[in-house]
Amino acid sequence: MTAVADTWALCVRDLLRLWRQPWFIAVTLVQPVIWLLLFGALFERVVDIPGFHGGDYKQYLVPGVLVMTAFFSSGWSGMSTIDDLDRGVTDRFLVLPIMRWPLIAGRVGMNLVQLAIQSVIIIGLALITGVTFPGGPLGVVALIVAAALLGTGFAALSNALALVARKEESLIGAVTFLQLPLTFLSTAFMQASLMPDWIRSVSDYNPVDWAIRAGREAVGAGPDWATVLGYCGLLVAFALACLVLATRAFRAYQAQV
Amino acid sequence: MIQANDLKKGYGEVRALDGLSFEVPEGAIFGLLGPNGAGKSTAVKVLTTLARADGGEARVAGFDVARDARRVRRTIGVVAQKSGVDIDLTGRENLMLQGRLQGMRGRELSSRAEALLEEFGLADAAGRVTRGYSGGMQRRLDIAIGLVHRPKVLFLDEPTTGLDPEVRAAMWTEISRLQRDEGLTILLTTHYLEEADRLASSLAIVDRGRVVASGAPDELKAALDGDSVQVELDGVEANGNVHAALSGVGGLSAVSVDGRRLHARAADGARAVPAVLAALDAHAIPVASVRVARPSLDDVYLRYAGRSFAAAEAEKPTENKEAGR
Ligand SMILES: Nc1ncnc2c1ncn2[C@@H]1O[C@H](COP(=O)(O)OP(=O)(O)O)[C@@H](O)[C@H]1O
Ligand SMILES: [Mg+2]
Repeated sequence: MTAVADTWALCVRDLLRLWRQPWFIAVTLVQPVIWLLLFGALFERVVDIPGFHGGDYKQYLVPGVLVMTAFFSSGWSGMSTIDDLDRGVTDRFLVLPIMRWPLIAGRVGMNLVQLAIQSVIIIGLALITGVTFPGGPLGVVALIVAAALLGTGFAALSNALALVARKEESLIGAVTFLQLPLTFLSTAFMQASLMPDWIRSVSDYNPVDWAIRAGREAVGAGPDWATVLGYCGLLVAFALACLVLATRAFRAYQAQV
Repeated sequence: MIQANDLKKGYGEVRALDGLSFEVPEGAIFGLLGPNGAGKSTAVKVLTTLARADGGEARVAGFDVARDARRVRRTIGVVAQKSGVDIDLTGRENLMLQGRLQGMRGRELSSRAEALLEEFGLADAAGRVTRGYSGGMQRRLDIAIGLVHRPKVLFLDEPTTGLDPEVRAAMWTEISRLQRDEGLTILLTTHYLEEADRLASSLAIVDRGRVVASGAPDELKAALDGDSVQVELDGVEANGNVHAALSGVGGLSAVSVDGRRLHARAADGARAVPAVLAALDAHAIPVASVRVARPSLDDVYLRYAGRSFAAAEAEKPTENKEAGR
């Protein structure tokens, strides 16, 4: 119970810090818009490829952009943790009589609030540009939940890396190393049936694609909820594993101070 | 209140703690004095449960720091060498967050926070983001943060390093007051001899991860052979005469001459002065001035660590000093 209150207090702290960085907020909000419009325009003709079903490419793209947004922003979550390490804030928190997991969960919570706002913007913009969600509001919610689970996992992973590497450069290296491959080894931009076989096989093990598959299924016409729940189950397992890893990473950090 | 027993901790090749032992009675200000790299911060990290020792054991308020970390954490307030202030939050927000994480709520917390802001002269700046605070203000906020939950034991790791002299003096007043008025047990580390001398009721001199001497500052100084007596000769170089002249003066030891200055130790310096002057006068050696000094902690350090404090400081690169802020 107190751990939940601690999570909340730490989450509010992070939201306050976020609020005081207007530029960062602006970028966070504008980026998904740019992706949606840019990729929508760039790959507009993809729908003309024989075998690509569905009319408008943007219709296809929306779940991918939403999940990508969750994936990309949560990957940087550990940067705040490195700031905290450098500034002695983490050391201060670690000698408090609190559990370790709220230190991670509070930060992940901030990422999720951020994602909720980004989601509203993406969905709103999609609706304005004529994208429809045949799966209905429930489908949209499922898409956002899938993206949030993925974001939780990668935010926690980013924090784990931050605690172990303790250097901005290392974290930036690791995150950028993962971001593009994981994005392109997924169905974000390209339908599975049109991908080379090996990419399709790899994407089966890519959490980013789990979220996209779940989300796209959920917002489409006549969603197969078993598929959606199946992928969400995998994402829950992924998120929990990452949260445990990040909580354990404090031990690795404390062994070095 | 604090017991450290044969603590050992290494970082790779470096033995940061090499059998460190000391004991701090309840209600005392205890100083851990040592040059940079002596292992003071490592000791604080072990005692405050941030780091684990490789060997030895320690208790704070009766709780074992390794086995009972939770209870130790509830009892202590920690001000690390590196400020732990969140520079993106205001002073008040920093205090309130710390209070919440310490399990405080509502009116109790907000009135405690306001009282501390007032007490540490931060009331006017409380609504400002701490990025703009001066070094002294940040340090005072650090201490307020460490005190919000009314701990019984306060750890202050180099609380005044990097502060201006006036700010440092004000901080000393504040720290003494905490011990006097609130009955806190304070463990203070410092590499300023003067600070240890001014604040600590007892202290341990740490060198290379172990305690080389401990006791009250005055005891430590008294354990040296009394005061130092320095005589400045008027216009003449000292020569063999001086030794001859002083050999008859009782209670004087370690007579040495250096140019026009002669130096000796005496159990009671002030009492020795008339005899010294008379003896020099009898040998027609003119005297310009006489100075009697109580032994300083510098002398104590020289005696027990086998090198002067300044030399020990110089031996270490200054990395630690800079990391202090
Ligand atoms: N996290 C660390 N990793 C590696 N070496 C360390 C670490 N912390 C301290 N040391 C080393 O241990 C020794 C003692 O350091 P420290 O306890 O910080 O000394 P002090 O606080 O007395 O200046 C130094 O040689 C320092 O370089
Ligand atoms: Mg130190």
